[in-house]
Amino acid sequence: MLHPTPHERRGSTPIIRLDAVHAGYSALLVLENVDLTVMAGDFVGILGPSGSGKTTLLRTILGATRLYQGDVTVRGASTTRRIPRAGYVPQLETIDWTFPVTVEEVVLMGRTTKSPLMPWHSGEDRRMARDMLERLGIDHLRKRQISHLSGGQQQRAFLARALVSSPDLLLLDEPTRGVDIKTRDEVMHLLHDLNHQGITILMTTHEINTVAVHLPWLICVNGRIIAEGPPAEVINEDVLLRTYGAVMPVIEYHGMPLVAERPHAASFRRGASATEGAPNDPGTMTERHEHGNHSPRGRSGRAAHGTDGPPHRDA
Amino acid sequence: MLEPFQFDFFVRGIIATTLVGALCGLLGVYIVLRRMAYIGHGLAHATFGGAVISYLMSFNFLLGASLWGFLSALLITLTARRATIHSDAAIGIITTASFALGVALISRFRSFTRSIEAALFGNILGVTTGDLLVIGSVAIVAFVIILAGYKFFLFTAFDQDVARFYGVPTGWVDTMFSLILAAVIVASMQVMGVTLIAAAIVIPPVIARLLTDNFRMMMILSITISALCGCFGIYISFFIDVSSGASVVLLSALVFVVVLGVTSLRSGRVTGRSFTGGV
Repeated sequence: MLHPTPHERRGSTPIIRLDAVHAGYSALLVLENVDLTVMAGDFVGILGPSGSGKTTLLRTILGATRLYQGDVTVRGASTTRRIPRAGYVPQLETIDWTFPVTVEEVVLMGRTTKSPLMPWHSGEDRRMARDMLERLGIDHLRKRQISHLSGGQQQRAFLARALVSSPDLLLLDEPTRGVDIKTRDEVMHLLHDLNHQGITILMTTHEINTVAVHLPWLICVNGRIIAEGPPAEVINEDVLLRTYGAVMPVIEYHGMPLVAERPHAASFRRGASATEGAPNDPGTMTERHEHGNHSPRGRSGRAAHGTDGPPHRDA
Repeated sequence: MLEPFQFDFFVRGIIATTLVGALCGLLGVYIVLRRMAYIGHGLAHATFGGAVISYLMSFNFLLGASLWGFLSALLITLTARRATIHSDAAIGIITTASFALGVALISRFRSFTRSIEAALFGNILGVTTGDLLVIGSVAIVAFVIILAGYKFFLFTAFDQDVARFYGVPTGWVDTMFSLILAAVIVASMQVMGVTLIAAAIVIPPVIARLLTDNFRMMMILSITISALCGCFGIYISFFIDVSSGASVVLLSALVFVVVLGVTSLRSGRVTGRSFTGGV
């Protein structure tokens, strides 16, 4: 998983800036008081439970939400005036897979506005699409209808659409969701490569151990920004508790923070009963991390069952 | 066989239905793929209200009905932007209200029952050379706009939300499409009738979708099937003496049933082969 070239948060030019942003949808406030600066060249992961506002944060950057308060600027221009150009990869669940388009046609959509006066795509557009498909290793699938691809291939097809528009900013909504380990690693390597080439990347993810901890910078979101920083600073029990509303034990493995999976609720009860009277039993990690009955804060009540979070134990 | 072609009204009618068929087949592809099948039905009913009002105000029927249809489409879009009202509900409210307005006005002023029946169910007897010119002009404009904006219409139909992030002016694309749709519905009203336009818009692209996984091929097939159903539907209607719109729609429905049966059998055979191969 680890990319051979180490990352550092770099760049001195802000590409995205959110100042005291309150945003959401019609009659639904999702993000509150968000201050955020992303520098050109950053590779940022956005973590948070379902419904915490990860996707809304990406859409706010793209000017596609209702801005109740505050200001969002991308490359210095306010998003309320014009929608910023960016390569955007939506969650695969939102795609209409029955739509009769081929992989090549999907990728060419990324070139739609490059020659707006031409009814069809130019030879240059087609060449660029082919090059991108080749680069992502799916050129041989270009004539296939999009539903006839594996999860990883579908992810690559939509990544190709984003990249063929030559963006300097790439926003990805859960690009590794639902793909196997090998594909996930390939996608992450590819994103690291793109970042090394200078593309600023923001991606949402639910996968803490396998994706988030390998990113150079993380933002933990739950209606607002809970914490941001490198994984070593952000992945700790306090931040995860405030983000997910659940106790999530963190261990260190080769200098990397990892969230330890807790036993399933049922097995936890069995374990608790077996170790009754022996609270310091090293086999019951949960005992060491039991902090009593935490009340999730605010909206995090919904977040108590986050994908990566273990089931919350009732005291 | 060639007997009907002795009559000028029939020749005008068959040209009109073929053109209207091709138009409906063209727009239908986008309507079906965007899952807006109900909008064709709704806008046809909405334009009926506009047609009645235009008639009563002695205003140009085509212009008045088109304008009314276009405004209805815009109103639907604006209403559906509210999170609590989905587009199907917005279509249901606005277009049926418009249709009801037309019915109310007819019942209040009973002087034009016959032409209204033609508007409701379609009648090629009344197709004049002027109507043909209008249908031809609408066809040329619609084809030119849809082909010129091919990339934009395709991306917007596939994923309107994301298309915006790639710089596609989706608002304009939607407005342009609503305008063309309203014009096509008004141009088709005389031949197909308000109540049957929706079927003419929906059935051919659905047949085409059963036959291909390719967008361009789907467009070509939809236009061809729709135009042929229009042409042969009118021809059959002459002999069996039924309304033109009903004849075209019934023929389309028959083709749909046949294609559905054939494609189902074919996919069943493929599944059977795969299963056998697996064993």
